[in-house]
Amino acid sequence: MSMKARACSPSIPPYVAALHVRERWKKAELAFWLALAALFFVLPAHLMFASQILITGLFALSLDLILGYAGIVTLGHAAFFGLGAYSAGLLSKWGWSEPVTGLLLSGAVAGAFGYLSSFLVLRGKDLTRLMITLGISLLLYEVANSAGELTGGVDGLQGVEAGKVLGLFGFDLWGRTAYLYVLCVTFLLFALVRALMTSPYGLSLRSIRENPQRAIAIGIPIRARLTNIYTFSAVLAGIAGALLTQTTQFVAIDVFHFQRSADLLIILIVGGAATLYGGFVGAAVFMIAQDKLGKANPEYWLFWLGILLIVSTRYLRGGVLGALHRLLRLPARERKAVRP
Amino acid sequence: MTNFLGILFDGLAYGMLLYLISVGLSVTLGLMGFINLAHGVFAMAGGYLLVVLMGRFGVGFVPALPIIFVAVALASLVLERTLYRPLYSSAHLDQVLMTIGIIFVAVAGATYVWGVGQQPVAIPAWMSGQLAVAGLDLSRYRLFLIAVGIVITVLLLFGLERTRFGARVRAAVERRRTAESMGIHVERVFQVAFAIGSGLAGLGGALGVNVLGLDPGFPLKFLVYFLLIVVVGGPGKVIGTLLAALLLGVADTAGKYYVPETGAFVIYVAMIVLLLLFPNGLLGRRKLL
Repeated sequence: MSMKARACSPSIPPYVAALHVRERWKKAELAFWLALAALFFVLPAHLMFASQILITGLFALSLDLILGYAGIVTLGHAAFFGLGAYSAGLLSKWGWSEPVTGLLLSGAVAGAFGYLSSFLVLRGKDLTRLMITLGISLLLYEVANSAGELTGGVDGLQGVEAGKVLGLFGFDLWGRTAYLYVLCVTFLLFALVRALMTSPYGLSLRSIRENPQRAIAIGIPIRARLTNIYTFSAVLAGIAGALLTQTTQFVAIDVFHFQRSADLLIILIVGGAATLYGGFVGAAVFMIAQDKLGKANPEYWLFWLGILLIVSTRYLRGGVLGALHRLLRLPARERKAVRP
Repeated sequence: MTNFLGILFDGLAYGMLLYLISVGLSVTLGLMGFINLAHGVFAMAGGYLLVVLMGRFGVGFVPALPIIFVAVALASLVLERTLYRPLYSSAHLDQVLMTIGIIFVAVAGATYVWGVGQQPVAIPAWMSGQLAVAGLDLSRYRLFLIAVGIVITVLLLFGLERTRFGARVRAAVERRRTAESMGIHVERVFQVAFAIGSGLAGLGGALGVNVLGLDPGFPLKFLVYFLLIVVVGGPGKVIGTLLAALLLGVADTAGKYYVPETGAFVIYVAMIVLLLLFPNGLLGRRKLL
């Protein structure tokens, strides 16, 4: 505290200074994004996989907004991911193949659905929310399944063509364009989310999560905040889904599957909720582990995933990032304790 | 008309099964406010136990049922002690994650041991076939299911309304804090109720092998049904749960018969609409979690 006060001029009140400190990009964050950019040159053979991890990370970030920050429990976030994925696929099938505008349109479709469904979801408490979100995603799965001539049913949507990004960069076989495209989109959206979450708006979401009664008392419009963060989260999830469609040029029906929503929860919890980076870390850990362990024997993978979930609720609070944070803070606290 | 009555009958039998399985979940939710998504695992365990008991040990169908009830109840006690209890006062998200973990482990385990296929069970000869009642051909097995459902409901109602233990359960559901301050050991009450509920789920799962099917995906496939029944029926309510289960059973059977192309569509729409119309359950005024 004393260090922060010394760092800035005495005319700025301490709470504003604290907000400024929160807003500033830390070195580790810059290193994180530079490392992702460097990945393009370091691992040219794994760019497709890397872009899938980034997409899942973005998807997890969208869940983080409503689960980590706003505290809305959902079991059906795949609904928005799937809507975005199918919108992007259908748009390109109907001749609109420019990716960036396709992305925006898909995000808008998912966002509109998110806005409408937010009125259903936000009515109840945890259990009702959980059931309604689950019900909506299962419903969409059934719709995608039964509208076979439009969506391809269980075989998935095939023949998706992605045009050149902004009319300039075509997708290549090695996923080079795809990776840079995904990285740029993800970074831009991340910067937006980061700015939102470090702002007083983000703080108001946290206070809703921590104590709704007091949040009302200090004048936070709870309903409006939750509705718009839910919508924004749906937009992000839709864009993530659209990115997956554009980079893989295929939509599988399991974009709506329960397993995807559950996996996403696991990813966020493993990475660490309400940390912004938790989703990306979790996605990397989860997908690399799945790639190495799960391919050979899916039952085995599911079994250990279950064990991980059971254990994590007891011992892994805050996920990987939380553990790192504690590890880094431990020596500092000890030093403070030693000092008289 | 006979057609309609046939569907009604099938739906009631189906609803009875759903009721047997979900009444335990109703207690878990009503008493402890614990969001237990893994309740279907106990039902699946009952089903597989029946397969093993009949197939490997040659136990008859009817003698196997009480064994299953006791075995599943005992197993659930162990789980309650080791996994559930530490999370009673945790956030709902933790409970959701932990119980999804249990589902995953159970699904993986069942796939590993029995494979992904459906498990058939031979019901005894006196129970298979049809019985003509007033011009209707009724399946004997389904009659048996309805009879079991009625007997269990009567036993549960008697237990809840007429015994000291039942009074404790009702008190704890109604107002947990007050019950505790009156000297009722709510955790102990809950433990016993949880075991009975899980045992009933196991029994329901065993009886349902030929009606609901039995494969490793069972806990996930019927998750929505169990949750819906409990929430619509009102957590901790025996009669409400029974009504909700019968309603759902008949609606689902009728939907599959008259409009088969919609698939599971009806049930999900019904769920969302019912939750919006009755946020506090069909009969209950109790606030939802």
